Order: sequence, then structure tokens, then C-alpha cells
Amino acid sequence: MAILVLAEHDNASLKLDTAKVVACAQAIGGDVDVLVAGHDCVAVVEAAQKLTGVRQVLVADNAAYVNHLPDNLSELILDVASDYEHILAAASSQGKDTLPRVSALLDVAQLSEVIEVVSADTFIRPIYAGNALATVQSLDDKKVMTVRTSAFDAVGNDGAAAAVAIEKVADSLSQFISQSLTKSARPELGAASIVVSGGRGLGSGENFAILEQLADKLGGALGASRAAVDAGFVPNDLQVGQTGKIVAPDLYIAVGISGAIQHLAGMKDSKVIVAINKDPEAPIFQVADYGLEADLFEAVPQLTESV
Amino acid sequence: MKVLVPVKRVVDANVKVRVKADNTGVDVANLKMAINPFCEIAVEEAVRLKEAGIASEVVVVTIGPKASQEQLRTAMALGADRGIHIETDEELVPLSIAKLLHSVQEKEQAQLILLGKQSIDGDNNQTGQMLAALAKMPQATFASEVKIEGDALTVTREIDGGLQSVSMSLPAVVTVDLRLNEPRYAKLPNIMKAKRKPLETFSIDDLGVSLKSHQNIVKVSPPSQRKAGVMVASVAELVEKLKNEAKVI
Repeated sequence: MAILVLAEHDNASLKLDTAKVVACAQAIGGDVDVLVAGHDCVAVVEAAQKLTGVRQVLVADNAAYVNHLPDNLSELILDVASDYEHILAAASSQGKDTLPRVSALLDVAQLSEVIEVVSADTFIRPIYAGNALATVQSLDDKKVMTVRTSAFDAVGNDGAAAAVAIEKVADSLSQFISQSLTKSARPELGAASIVVSGGRGLGSGENFAILEQLADKLGGALGASRAAVDAGFVPNDLQVGQTGKIVAPDLYIAVGISGAIQHLAGMKDSKVIVAINKDPEAPIFQVADYGLEADLFEAVPQLTESV
Repeated sequence: MKVLVPVKRVVDANVKVRVKADNTGVDVANLKMAINPFCEIAVEEAVRLKEAGIASEVVVVTIGPKASQEQLRTAMALGADRGIHIETDEELVPLSIAKLLHSVQEKEQAQLILLGKQSIDGDNNQTGQMLAALAKMPQATFASEVKIEGDALTVTREIDGGLQSVSMSLPAVVTVDLRLNEPRYAKLPNIMKAKRKPLETFSIDDLGVSLKSHQNIVKVSPPSQRKAGVMVASVAELVEKLKNEAKVI
């Protein structure tokens, strides 16, 4: 029995997500191979070879795969699928985009956002914004699933897997035009051990500066609620919640966030939650380990001073 | 150009669901139901394409129990022209839904299929991508902007860390994200008018699609509850707790 993990990368570096999906694969048990599809991605391949417990790294290095377009990427996966019983990817925008296509072409159902492995065919995944957990047994001969990476600890980097080139090149039905990624010196939301998030209570995009100062002092990432994104305070890639990023840092500081169930779905597995809100009735206080009823414009600068 | 918009009946986004005591599922009896918020955005986008003279007809389709016709009527009150109901009381996995939609598409031959990126009950985020694969069409998921010129489609996608722009030829499948548009409220005259718009009903057998059993729900359980926290009186106390009790800073 073997498991294929689709690598998450930007052609320059391998994302930590991949090491977490490999951890999920190892919980299933069996030989684990990693597929790196990209172009001029030698550093990514080398990083994947070092992942602990990986048997081999399949490499499709071709200009056709540089932007991870879903149709030809799924054709590529399909081409090697016969060797594997499980096909895994992170529940990232790439994994969500690509794996359902693979499932449909294999005529098997997909399991999305797996958070726990019960056995090789049975997995736990959240439904209803995490308000219920479904234990699902797959009856298909192949199991295709996306993995919620915040639920798994990354494997180490002491491996030495062989790299094997694969030749398949498929044309894409869609064309890449451009990409604009938010540049930030702060850690990525999904990988940060501390996240400082703001909500509608911040009142404006400018006011997020006080959260940025706190995040920078703590070496943390910046996040936001959907309300703050919808109000145009910050871009959507900062959104934490059911339809945004799912995070589980050591410390999550929610500032001016009331705590709608859709937001809680994205952060309630954080180890320690701090809520700062002037409304004592805000539902966020029900999940917070430490609640502070205060005016955020006074409390946050004070907090930045004293940490 | 014809636009096909699949929609789903779900528990209203503002209702907090509870797991049944026997762990067989989520108790949805007597809860307020609504059109899935992402599906509503897809309907709105299709209607705007029609208002802009780009789309000629907007067809909404749903798969579910008899009561799902309420959501088709809602979509028609927002401006969709007609509805197709595939009636079933079974809970189907997204692959089965995609197969049924594919069968509808073969008959309808829509140039654009617009869907929500996920439903807020199953949180699967699969149906549009699967439908695109079955129909051998290009796809653009998580759309925050859709532009159509002739048979060229350009979509801005919300991806991890930012935005991506892709182009493709129609026919294509687009799944929509929250920031694509803000759906309108249905006006009373339009709600009345929607009651008279055509609505066809089919069974799964009528479509001649054979579906397989793919999954067995072993159990559904409530998530573990966080232990009750404490309120602190000051920033100083908060910092002290974080340093000495939680040891996270």
C-alpha cells in the first residue's frame, strides 16, 4: 500500500504544509511518496527529499506545471494514480482546486479537510463550520483527500529520499495571466505560532496599524474576521474562518471580534485564545481562555508596550 | 449565452446546529432553511450577466427533497428564468451531485456554469471542480471577479496569500467566493412573479444516471468544548497570565 502526497510549493521553496500532510500520510501507514509538479523547482525537490520517512519524490519539472493549473495537474496525478491507494494534498487553495478533479476522474468520492486518521479507510472531518465532526468510512478502492494542516504536526527533515523524474506533460485548458501575492515580513498565517486578529471593532483599515505593532512585537502573523474583510479594512487573504484560513497557533489574540460561529470555525483549535472586546456579551468570550473587557484602542497599545 | 446555476438548500447560516443524541447526524428538523450563501452569490452573478446583456437565460437547478423547490423559487425571485428540480430524499456525496449536474448540463448545453465554492453544511468544496472534470471543461475556482468577452472568460481567483488571474474559453465552470458580489434582496413583485416561472421536476431515474455508494457515515459527534476561561481585569494581569500561567509569550 502506498500513499501519494501532492507537494505545496511556489517553485522556490517547499511549504511547511507538505510536511504536515506527510505526517497525516504516516498516520495512515504505508510507503509515502511526494509529487513535486512545477518548473525550475530544484530547491523544492531537495527539500521534499529531506522530509522524514518519505520513500521517493516524483518530479514533474516542466513549464506546463509552473502555475499549478488544476486541469493538467489533475491529469498528471491521474497518470501515476494506479500505484497508490491514497492520494493526499493540503486543504490549501491548490489542493482544493485540484483534488476534486482527480477524484471525479477516478470515479471516487473525496474527503475534504481531514483532521484525524482513525484507520486506513476511516477519517474524521469537520462539517457545519466545525460544529460537528463526521467519522467517515470510505468505501472506494482509492481514497482521495485534502488534509487540514493545522491538525497535524510537521515531520522532520532528516530523510534522504530518491528523486524520480516523470515525463507526462499535459496541456492546460486554462491560462495563467498574473498573480499578486501580499508581501509581508510577518510569518504566514497558517504557519505562525502567534496570530493577532482584528474584527469590525477596529473601525478602519488604518487602525489595523495598532495590531500590526502588536503582531510584530510578538513575532506573530496578522489575521482578520470576515466582517473586517467585508468592510474593506484588510485583504481577504488575512481572513480566518470557515471560508478563510483555518489556524491553530499557540496563541490567538482576537481583538474587536465578536465571535460569529464562522469565525470560531477558523481558530477554536488554537492552544490559548485571548479576546479583547468592549462588549461583555460578545460570544468570543465563551471560547477565550483569557478575556479582557476593554476599549481595544487603549488595551492593545498597552499590551504592545508590556510584552 | 445560457448560464446554469446549481443551488443547494441548507440550514440558515445564522442557525447553530446540534448533533443528534444518537450520533447519527446533525438535527436539522424544524430549523430555518435557506439557499446556501455561496449559491446565492452565484445566482446574483448570473442575473447581473443577464442584465448586462451577456447572458440570455439563467437556469437554476437543485438536487434534494421536495422542499428544495423553495430555494429554486428564491433564485427565480432574484431573477433566474426557470428552475430544474431533481427530487431525491437521499444524502448524496458531491461526486453524485456532480454526475447529476453533468447530466443536466448535457441536455441544457449552458456556456457557463456558476456555482458556490462550497456549501456551509458539508463544507466539501468539491462539486464545481468535479463537474468541470466530468464535463471536460476548464474551471476557475474561488472567483472574486468574472469578466466575459465573446467566448473568452477571465476570472480573478482568491488564493492563499493573494489573488490570481486566469483566462479560458467558454464553456467553463466557475465557483464563486464571497467577495464576487453582494446579492440583492428579492422584491415582493418578483417573489410573486417567481411563482409562475417554469419549474421542471425529475427523478434520478428519469435522468438515467446510476450512482454508487461511496461512503459510510460511522458517526457524527460534537466537537470537544473548550474549558471555560477567565476574565482578566487589566492588560497587566493578562500579560502576567500569558507569561506565567499559559507560558505562550
